[in-house]
This record gives sequence, C-alpha cells and structure tokens, in this order.
Amino acid sequence: MQKIYDTAEAALDGLLRDDMLIAAGGFGLCGIPELLLDAIRTSGVKDLTFASNNAGVDDFGIGILLASKQVRKMMSSYVGENAEFMRQFLEGELEVEFNPQGTLAERMRAGGAGIPGFYTKTGVGTQIAEGKEHKEFDGETYILERGIFADLAIVKAWKGDDTGNLIFRKTARNFNVPAAMCGKICVAEVEEIVPRGSLEPDHIHLPGVYVHRLIQGDHEKRIEQRTMRKREEA
Amino acid sequence: MPWDRNQMAERAAAELEDGTYVNLGIGIPTLVANYIGDKDITLQSENGMLGMGPFPFEGEEDPDLINAGKQTITELPRTAYFDSATSFGMIRGGKIACAILGAMEVAENGDLANWMIPGKLVKGMGGAMDLVAGVQRVVVVMDHQNKKGESKLLKECTLPLTGAGVVDRVITNLGVLDVVEGGMKIVETADGVSEDDIRAATEATLV
Repeated sequence: MQKIYDTAEAALDGLLRDDMLIAAGGFGLCGIPELLLDAIRTSGVKDLTFASNNAGVDDFGIGILLASKQVRKMMSSYVGENAEFMRQFLEGELEVEFNPQGTLAERMRAGGAGIPGFYTKTGVGTQIAEGKEHKEFDGETYILERGIFADLAIVKAWKGDDTGNLIFRKTARNFNVPAAMCGKICVAEVEEIVPRGSLEPDHIHLPGVYVHRLIQGDHEKRIEQRTMRKREEA
Repeated sequence: MPWDRNQMAERAAAELEDGTYVNLGIGIPTLVANYIGDKDITLQSENGMLGMGPFPFEGEEDPDLINAGKQTITELPRTAYFDSATSFGMIRGGKIACAILGAMEVAENGDLANWMIPGKLVKGMGGAMDLVAGVQRVVVVMDHQNKKGESKLLKECTLPLTGAGVVDRVITNLGVLDVVEGGMKIVETADGVSEDDIRAATEATLV
C-alpha cells in the first residue's frame, strides 16, 4: 500500500480525463485543495463538472480553472465571489446547478455511504423541488435528493499518515470529509505527512480507507475576508 | 421612532432562550450576537462550528477559522468543529433551536423569499433553505418596507421562495409580528409607532 506521491501532478497521474465529475472540499477559500487544483489546470483536462460548495475567486481555488475554461458545470450552493464565474454564467458558457448547502453535503455523504437517494424537507415548495419526487412521511412532505458518486475527489487536510488517515484543522474540515467519501478515488493534499502511529487513533477525522493518494505541500491558505476587532486601550 | 438596526438586533436577541443553540444569518442578524448578554447561548456557524467567538485581534487571524460569511473569527472554550454533512445534519435534525435571518419578502402564510431576484445576478441559497426547513423556530429581521416604501410583509411572495410556510416571527423597524392562522398578528410596536402605523405600512392581512 503506497499512497504517498511526490507531487500533485504525480498523484493525479492516470486519474484525469475530460468530462469527469470531481468533488472538491473546501468552504470559500478555507480548506481548499489548492495544489491539486493547480495540477488539474496544468493537465489541461476540460469539460469538468465540479461538485463544490463554492467556485473560488478569480485567481484562486476553482476560479483558476474557470479562467482557463476547463469547467463546464458547477454543482454549488453559493458562487458570489467570482467575476469570471459570473461572466461565464451570464453568457451561458457555464452551467450551474444550485444545491442547498446541506443538501449538497448530504448528497456527497450519501454517495460515499452507498446511498443513492434520500428524502429531505429542505427546498420543499421552492424551485429546488421542481421535477423531484415528493413523498409524505408522518404528515410532512419531503423531496428525493440523489447521492453524488464522483469520479474523483480532491481534498485538503492538515495532517495525514502514510495510510491516508487524515486530521483537519478547525473550520477547514467543512466539505473535505463528505467530498472525500463520495469519490471513487480520493487524492488528498496535507500540510504535513507524519509517521505511522503518531496520529492518535481516536482523533482521526477521516480514516484512510477513503484516501487513495496523498501529497504533502506548502499552502498559501488565502483569507477571503479579513475581519478583526480593536484591542481595548489598557 | 422606528427601531434602528441595532435596536432591531437587540429586540431579536430577546427571542433567544437560555441554554440553546442558535444560527445567526448575515447582516442585522450578525449584530444580534452583541446583545446576548448573560444568556448561555451557543452560536452555530454552518460551515462546521459550534461556539463561535468574536472577530480576532489584528495579527491573530487564522485562515482555517472562518464563519459562514467567510470572515475570520475565533473559538471559545466550548467550541466544537465538525464537517459540513454533520453540520447540516444537526440543522436538518432540528437540534438548532432558532435561526435569525434577513429577508426580501415574508408572506402572511410564513413563506420566505431571500435568495434570488429573477433577472438579477443569482449567487445561490447557501445554507438558507436547509436552515429554514430544519431549525425549530425561524425569526426574520428586516425593514418593514423596501426602498420604494412598499411593504415587505405580503399576502403572497412575488420572489422565488427560500422556504414555504417556515417563518414564525418577523421583527421589523416598526415592530414585531407573528405568523398565525389567517395572517399576521402584531405582537409589539416600536416606541412611538402605533398599530395604525404598522397597518398602513403592511400589505399582509393583519388579524
């Protein structure tokens, strides 16, 4: 079982093709697999569909793949921070499937757990429910949402060991866990690969069974909205 | 005098029950955190955190620690982190007592519209549809009228819905109204605002 690769390009070798569905972790720019996204841009694969909560900003995150016109469709809950995205969307160059954020997360989790569909109250009575099966349970109406089974998952974690066990840091965990779960193959990038046995088994957030390939790298970790409070005068 | 933004937030904070878990939306709802006072309230941030703390001091921002508005924040001694599926599991599962959020329109049957205007740029619903469908109680904080002076409390929403029949209470600059059988009911008026003032500013049926 050799999961560690030297570079993002090497870790993605043989996995990329045009027209594929990629699930990506991250919320905003927090916890995004920035090194793997760079490598996907370099590879030149196109007509990609991304299941990802957001679409990055113009020059970071999935935004770099929008700029190079490698993305055909986004499955996202919120995409407001990206001018090039908006241009392609309004010009009809880019297809967008809006998913409520929790529905998107659960669709990924379900796919990873082998569950092809689930019922939820989220979106009942809205545009999101149009064309979907409605069903009553105990007097309440629910709609059917489908699990996502992605061709590839790309995620970012804080620490990992050579067996692919991962630990995330603070709110950078977000979509990384469900995205990793729903990929047929999952490639993870971490800030630090640690020796086997040094992660506390009780503290592992994502067991290595979900992670097939792993790289260590330097991360820019850009902040989208730097907000601060003033120190009170002593 | 109608309430200003801070007074609306202060009034909304009175909705929060001691010992509960609460989700605050962006805008005026964010200000509610300033008025929680001595109550034991745990704030949820739907990107994966319970126990949201205030903004960091300069130099202490952490790119791995943001709220649902993507702003840098801090943790508290009670904080717990989790993934997005777990986060919306607790929302969908009814574990969050109350969501306070803004709106463009609220209808007298509790319908809520706050995510898109047809023909204008659509950015997405984020977690709003999940929140209004899942939490126990939905409180909307918004101006009573739009910039053209038209009522935002309507007989029927004209914009695409975020949720159908989901709103329990609306706090506006003019007062507090509940969604009840047959329409909306005035519960409270802002200082110096009369029930007649509210009636004149409201399209929704008042019962």
